[in-house]
Amino acid sequence: MSCLRMVGSAVACLLLPGEAASAQELAINLPSPATSLARLEYDLHSMLLLVTGVIFLLVLAVMLYAIVRHRKSAGHIARQFHENTTVEIIWTVIPLLILLAIAWPATRAVLNQKSTHGEDMTIKITGYQWKWRYDYLDDNFGYMSHLATPRTMPAGSTALPAHYLLEVDEPLVVPTGRKVRLLLTANDVIHSWWVPQLGIKQDAIPGFLRDAWFIVDQPGIYRGQCSELCGKDHGFMPIVVEARSPEDYARWRDARLKQAAASADDPSRVWSLAALRERGEKVYGQNCVPCHQASGKGIPGSFPALDGSPVVNGDKAAHINIVLNGSKKNPAMQAWGKQLSDTDIAAVITYERNAWGNHTGQLVQPAEVKAARGGAA
Amino acid sequence: MVMAHTADPQPVVHKPHGWRRWLFATNHKDIGTLYLWFAFCMFLVGGVLALCIRTELFRPGLQFFQPALFNQLTTLHGLIMVFGAIMPAFTGLANWMLPLMLGAPDMAFARMNNWSFWLLPPAMALLLLSFLVPGGAAATGWTLYAPLSVQLGMGMDLTIFAIHILGVSSIMGAINIVVTIINLRAPGMPMMRMPMFAWASLITAYLIIAVMPVLAGAVTMVLTDRHFGTHFFNAAGGGDPILYQHVFWFFGHPEVYIMALPAFGIVSQVIPTFARKPLFGYTSMVYATSSIGVLSFMVWAHHMFVTGMPATAQLFFMYATMLIAVPTGVKVFNWIATMWEGSMSFETPMLFAIGFILLFTIGGLSGVTLSVAAVDVQLHGSYYVVAHFHYVLVAGALFSLFAAVYYWFPKMTGRMYGERLGKLHFWWSLLWFNVTFFPMHFLGLAGMPRRIPDYALQFTTFNQIASVGAFMFGLGQLIFLFNILHSLRHGKTAPQQPWEGANTLEWRLPTPAPYHSFHEAPELETAENGVVLDMRGGKHG
Repeated sequence: MSCLRMVGSAVACLLLPGEAASAQELAINLPSPATSLARLEYDLHSMLLLVTGVIFLLVLAVMLYAIVRHRKSAGHIARQFHENTTVEIIWTVIPLLILLAIAWPATRAVLNQKSTHGEDMTIKITGYQWKWRYDYLDDNFGYMSHLATPRTMPAGSTALPAHYLLEVDEPLVVPTGRKVRLLLTANDVIHSWWVPQLGIKQDAIPGFLRDAWFIVDQPGIYRGQCSELCGKDHGFMPIVVEARSPEDYARWRDARLKQAAASADDPSRVWSLAALRERGEKVYGQNCVPCHQASGKGIPGSFPALDGSPVVNGDKAAHINIVLNGSKKNPAMQAWGKQLSDTDIAAVITYERNAWGNHTGQLVQPAEVKAARGGAA
Repeated sequence: MVMAHTADPQPVVHKPHGWRRWLFATNHKDIGTLYLWFAFCMFLVGGVLALCIRTELFRPGLQFFQPALFNQLTTLHGLIMVFGAIMPAFTGLANWMLPLMLGAPDMAFARMNNWSFWLLPPAMALLLLSFLVPGGAAATGWTLYAPLSVQLGMGMDLTIFAIHILGVSSIMGAINIVVTIINLRAPGMPMMRMPMFAWASLITAYLIIAVMPVLAGAVTMVLTDRHFGTHFFNAAGGGDPILYQHVFWFFGHPEVYIMALPAFGIVSQVIPTFARKPLFGYTSMVYATSSIGVLSFMVWAHHMFVTGMPATAQLFFMYATMLIAVPTGVKVFNWIATMWEGSMSFETPMLFAIGFILLFTIGGLSGVTLSVAAVDVQLHGSYYVVAHFHYVLVAGALFSLFAAVYYWFPKMTGRMYGERLGKLHFWWSLLWFNVTFFPMHFLGLAGMPRRIPDYALQFTTFNQIASVGAFMFGLGQLIFLFNILHSLRHGKTAPQQPWEGANTLEWRLPTPAPYHSFHEAPELETAENGVVLDMRGGKHG
């Protein structure tokens, strides 16, 4: 099949002869495969490109011949035939045979994509508006992965970072040479986890689990994006997969486990206003900015302002309730209790009550959030 | 008294004037004209939305439209083009041409015809008004997938209501077409001799009647999930978000053919005329069109290959989809066989018909690539899909509509369009269409998802090419508008028979076609594809 791949890229290059030299920059084909599945898809696509390309050229050639030769201005007299059973059977049967020839490898590829058994490890992926969460089910730790490049460019600026929109704070780290089984689901709406070089695109559906698998050949960084429209910031939830050698991966995992143990927040700890506010600003930046905006002004008509909001400046319990359990009136306000720890929620509420034009001077301790959770449950 | 008996009773020529002629229109030609102008206006509105999209995508970074508005633009562009432009344009053509091609006095239900048209403007007004309500218009893509559509603001409710109205309009229009074709053909015009355009319209009308209620059901479930506490698409309440996609695409795939089959019909009239040769393989064309219609109900889940269906379902829908390539191939081969050994001339309608065959074939072949489920995993939801369906819908449906308007313009108006401008319009559209949409194949393959307002740097070059192409393509449509407006007043007077090779029934009528044609059904002697060998009688009002 590798010769097919060469033919595929040759055909692709022929379509844009001048650009072949800078193919690295101007991609016109599937990216180079990093897993057996991606290779399978690449080869199948190259074969299809070849077959359909040849068919198209044949159709074009016959049509052009007729256009050049069988024209009135060239003095051609029309022959009034209008059927020929033999020809019609031939051009029904031949496409059928071509399709059968395609169906064979296509079937094998589908079955291959679906064989998720025999995995070495399992990672659960959850799509959120608008970020991903990765849970390492075998090791019992997990984390959120957010877009890390600036979301908008100031007008007039020209220097966008090299991986603009394709950089995250916490990539998914996997070992090479191990069969990784993914379990995918979503928290709110349908998302789709797509990393072209891994050959995987799988919808993440709220309330259901779907699975997929890959074995990465070489260490490296593989980038992708959400590919199912999931609301306002669909274009701003990239995926970065970092494949490491198994030893390297084991070191990373151990460090992660230690870090997780160390940073586990004690919800009974009592915080100072300044410390909680500082932490809350970070939580706000990662979770609330897309709708309520960094300025706290929201987007009129869609997302309410927090600056000067009666909820934020009013009773603490109501504020805790809406952040924990979401808004019934406006479903875009999620129940953050499912995603954030008591400390994070306490921090972000404290931040909101003491930011912009809000000067309540009040702080919410994690214990209060914990108590509110108990009340809700 | 004596006078009254002896005088030949003159038929009352009913032709209201002023706004009454249009608001109370029952004449199929007037209603056809309304449909066509309405569709063209919506084509311009949808086109402006498309240009807004291309403006934002000219450079990486957000310059003109914030993501929330951008999603509304893509959604409304799709909905307006599908339900406001392409479908009404085909219904308008069917209204105008079917009675003339079949020897009928008018459409079967003249008043229902009026109602089917006049439902369209309020429905489209609702869609456009939804931009102004709090939260803006629907921002889900034209597919309105749940649960996203359950989440959005009241713009979604307006959209749902608009779709209900559009559905009622389409169904009534389709019933009219079916009844007209089945019952009002002139003597001597049996089904298996009627024009391919009539066959295509008939099968399309059946598809519309079958699937528009399904769409209405899907959006109604969204509505009750939004406001009345049901959980059709909410797993927590025992529902399933994927159910929406199954129901939607059970409508959505036949919908693709609702926009493609009439195009096949038009091309099957235009190619024989300018090749001066009968349509090759008429019978197999009828069977191919019918089998495409039937197969279109069995392939819907190929839009859902990455939702995680079981392997058996992936395989079934893959095979069924690949199978559609066979009858579609038969049609393309038949058109080329019609051109073969003909005596072709290349007036504007013929150019658009040939452009259609060429580009529709590209769209069909990329469709075969997409049908292979294992490859679709890479292409689904990417710009490759955007490229694919614009080759089918712009170069397919739209080019065929241009061919039809140029082809029948003389019969409709009594004047010739400007041939040089027509040709310019064709070559301009052909060039810039490809500049716009061909690079999108590359973008999709390289990994650019569709429906994103901003993109990573490696996608810049092709996006810029596509944006330039889109603006030039849009500009070219003004050539068409100018040509039509200018020719309506100043075009050369058209003869009864402007095309040497045209021999279907409409060309036996005076030019322009009389306001009331075929008061009495003519007696016909016909050959396949509606070719009239002899005609007796057939009075006009």
